[in-house]
Amino acid sequence: MTNFNASLTAEAHNKRRTLMERSRPGRTGAALPASDVPPQLMPEPSLLRDDLLLPEITEGEVVRYFTNLSQLNFSVDTNFYPLGSCTMKYNPRINEAIAALPGFAMAHPQQPERQVQGTLEALYILQEDLRAITGMAATSLAPLAGAHGELAGILTIRAALDARPGATKGQRRTMLIPDTAHGTNPASAAMAGFNVVTVPSLPSGDLDLDAVRAAANDELAGIMLTQPTTLGLFDRSAIEMCQIIHDAGGLVYADGANMNALLGRVKLGEVGFDIIHMNLHKTFSTPHGGGGPGAGPLCVIEELAPFLPGPVVEKRPESTYHSVMPAQSIGRMGGYQGNFGVLIRALTYITLLGDEGMLEISGNAVLNANYLLAKLKPVFDLPYDRSVMHEVVFSAKRRKGASALDVSKRLLDHGFHAPTMYFPLVVAEALMIAPTETESKETMDAFIETLFAIDAEAEADEDFLHGAPYNTSVSRMDEARAARQPHLRWEPAE
Amino acid sequence: MSDLPFASPYVPNTDEDRAEMLAAIGVPSIDDLFLDIPAEFRAPPLDIPAPLSEMELRQEMERLASRNFHAGTHPSFLGAGVYNHYCPAVVPPLVTRGEFLTSYTPYQPEVSQGTLQANFEFQTLTAQLFDMEVSNAGMYDGASALAEAGLMACRVTKRARIAILDTVNPHYAEAVRAYAGPQDIEVYTITADATELQPETSAVLAQYPNFYGYVEDVQRLSDMAHAAGGLFCISADPIAISLLKPPGAFDADIATGEGQALGVPMSFGGPYVGIFTCRKQYIRQLPGRIVGQTVDTHGRIGYVLTLQPREQHIRREHATSNICTSTALIGLWATVYTALMGKRGLRHVADLCYQKSHYAAGRITEIPGYDIALTGTFFQEFVVTCPKPPAEVNLRLEEHGIIGGLDVSDQIDNGLLLCVTEVNSREQIDELVAALECIH
Repeated sequence: MTNFNASLTAEAHNKRRTLMERSRPGRTGAALPASDVPPQLMPEPSLLRDDLLLPEITEGEVVRYFTNLSQLNFSVDTNFYPLGSCTMKYNPRINEAIAALPGFAMAHPQQPERQVQGTLEALYILQEDLRAITGMAATSLAPLAGAHGELAGILTIRAALDARPGATKGQRRTMLIPDTAHGTNPASAAMAGFNVVTVPSLPSGDLDLDAVRAAANDELAGIMLTQPTTLGLFDRSAIEMCQIIHDAGGLVYADGANMNALLGRVKLGEVGFDIIHMNLHKTFSTPHGGGGPGAGPLCVIEELAPFLPGPVVEKRPESTYHSVMPAQSIGRMGGYQGNFGVLIRALTYITLLGDEGMLEISGNAVLNANYLLAKLKPVFDLPYDRSVMHEVVFSAKRRKGASALDVSKRLLDHGFHAPTMYFPLVVAEALMIAPTETESKETMDAFIETLFAIDAEAEADEDFLHGAPYNTSVSRMDEARAARQPHLRWEPAE
Repeated sequence: MSDLPFASPYVPNTDEDRAEMLAAIGVPSIDDLFLDIPAEFRAPPLDIPAPLSEMELRQEMERLASRNFHAGTHPSFLGAGVYNHYCPAVVPPLVTRGEFLTSYTPYQPEVSQGTLQANFEFQTLTAQLFDMEVSNAGMYDGASALAEAGLMACRVTKRARIAILDTVNPHYAEAVRAYAGPQDIEVYTITADATELQPETSAVLAQYPNFYGYVEDVQRLSDMAHAAGGLFCISADPIAISLLKPPGAFDADIATGEGQALGVPMSFGGPYVGIFTCRKQYIRQLPGRIVGQTVDTHGRIGYVLTLQPREQHIRREHATSNICTSTALIGLWATVYTALMGKRGLRHVADLCYQKSHYAAGRITEIPGYDIALTGTFFQEFVVTCPKPPAEVNLRLEEHGIIGGLDVSDQIDNGLLLCVTEVNSREQIDELVAALECIH
């Protein structure tokens, strides 16, 4: 083992020092005004804080620290980021400029409606656009992230089922979840008080409809299907599946994580889905921000509209806009009107690209994924050999010495972010690759060439990839130690 | 290829690229890649407008933005959970650097040390500010953070009943109910002078300062929760607690907060960041992302996402929560703001809020017909009883070019909740007073 003190320069160490380690008494990073009012009587001392441990740093030092930190990140701006499921497309900067307009950024969510007609109108337009794109009857922009949308969405289902004439409240509490689903689906279903029943998929990748039929009884609330699925496939059983669920009195939830492939190609509301959430940070180009914020709006059929989480924006005949709670709303899932700053970025994107742009997105995203599929077949196993939507799932089990983890780590050395690894769970050594429409053929060709080279490296030396990455600022991390001895904040030296 | 006649500035494929790629795939057109979609549903008409140039788009969006009457152009005395604090010019360009803005959840720590270390700083600063042992990397917002605190308290105590103060932000209380109801957790309301809890209460949920701006006897509430074998959860304002005693001083078990107050734009309600801190003994029950320090194979210090067996991608329906974001970018915003303000600056901001709001309250009580509704210590917000319905007062203030307070007349007769922060100059406060003098 290398002595890290020897392998790191003093300056490299210096760059990673935390804020508290940089702090020196007497420094400050803010020029603040003096009080311009007469001194007021302070609260009694027993109510006051006596010590406040926070850093004391100058503005320049803060800038250098965070700038250096930023440079330790891979990002869409700097690297190809084919992280499946996450739709890491380019984030147009006009989105940022619009969200920062003072009329939007300085608006308070509880101002009287007449003072914020501009923001309400913007939200209304987005509601209508998303409704049109999904072929649904109503939209709620309230959910603050994809998983938040899932939770709000199935609570909406639960409320609607309980409110049906003749329904026994609490009877329909089984939620079917395919074995390919994201972990958020079962977690959301459990949070919403449903019993989760896992449904297998067939060797074709489509859902096993016999299993769906077997579970379709009078306790069934519905099913949560990701369409296209996490295998990157358009599930061809969906139309029949919707029929089965509806016949059993259930409702069909579409996880819209992979909507990027469907824009302008199909409206899930027309196919038979009853409710869908979209991840605006995926499909509609709002920045992922190192792990949020996102937004997870819901679109629903007529029956579900009264139960949506609020508030939603209503347009009245005199062209005024109003923020209202739907009649039988499941309530508020967050503080205010949803993540407006994210919503306005998505509206900007949709408005700039328009109807033709939606087709351009889905067409090129799907083309790029199928191109990677065609070119990478010689390197990896392809468990589902079908035309894919906007992402493709390979298996890295063929080459000993090149597990999904090894390949992923070695890609980092070559300046490519890793694909999503070991998901979906039904594929051994899964590598899920989503190129998105904003990557060029040249970039994908370089990526393909690199994967061939990595395969050759593993063939030449079975152990070589286990040590990767070699060229990053840190190597593989000791995750077991992190979990066994949790060190979750800076601690003062003894 | 005539498949896609439109060309946006974001898609690099040329007709020639597309032709080559289709040939490699072995299909004649892009449309042929969508044949798994049943024909009768394929390529439906799409009823959204045609594309716009960036210039036209900007004009349209500026038209919408300019319809708003907002705190950038008018003095505002509206708070109620969302606060207008001054944010130094350096924060936005630093936070929106592409490497932070366009990366994702740090699944690959070797190429995500920037985000991970920034998350670790967020955890450090929030834990220190709230005087709590540990913090997670961030939640959606203050409302959902308090709701998740309620759920966590039920997991820890294995009980299913939550007491919530009637002085908690009503929107937060609604979120608590929306989260708790489906898990058959009962939520009941208590007042600040309650002396008894229902049996099997898992937690007391309070707000500090409360929704009306006032400091309650938090220690007593905490003691009451603990005496009943429950946890004490408190949603605190991060600016207020740099002047007032922090949650840790009251033996809080879980302390949450709305990170928006740390210089984050109000942005009509979001995105914000929820702060979630607790005792270290409960870390395996925490919802959300947690970053921990460790070493790499060469012994170099670095950071990773840790304690992941709590989370949805591992535990699925048995996870502590379905949440999979830390709202990292807003967490970074709050972190950079707090680092700049630091020990003295944050306290100074809090002091200005206190001084100016008390000056304003003092001036308003001198106006005939107006009074301060509540007694006790407030921080930067207070309720004024008006001689007219508050909705009307707000309308008249608007005519004077002022954004008024929140109408709380459903709780307090003719009550108007006003907020004064460091951004309100004495001149603005005097304008408010002069305007109120005309409204009677």
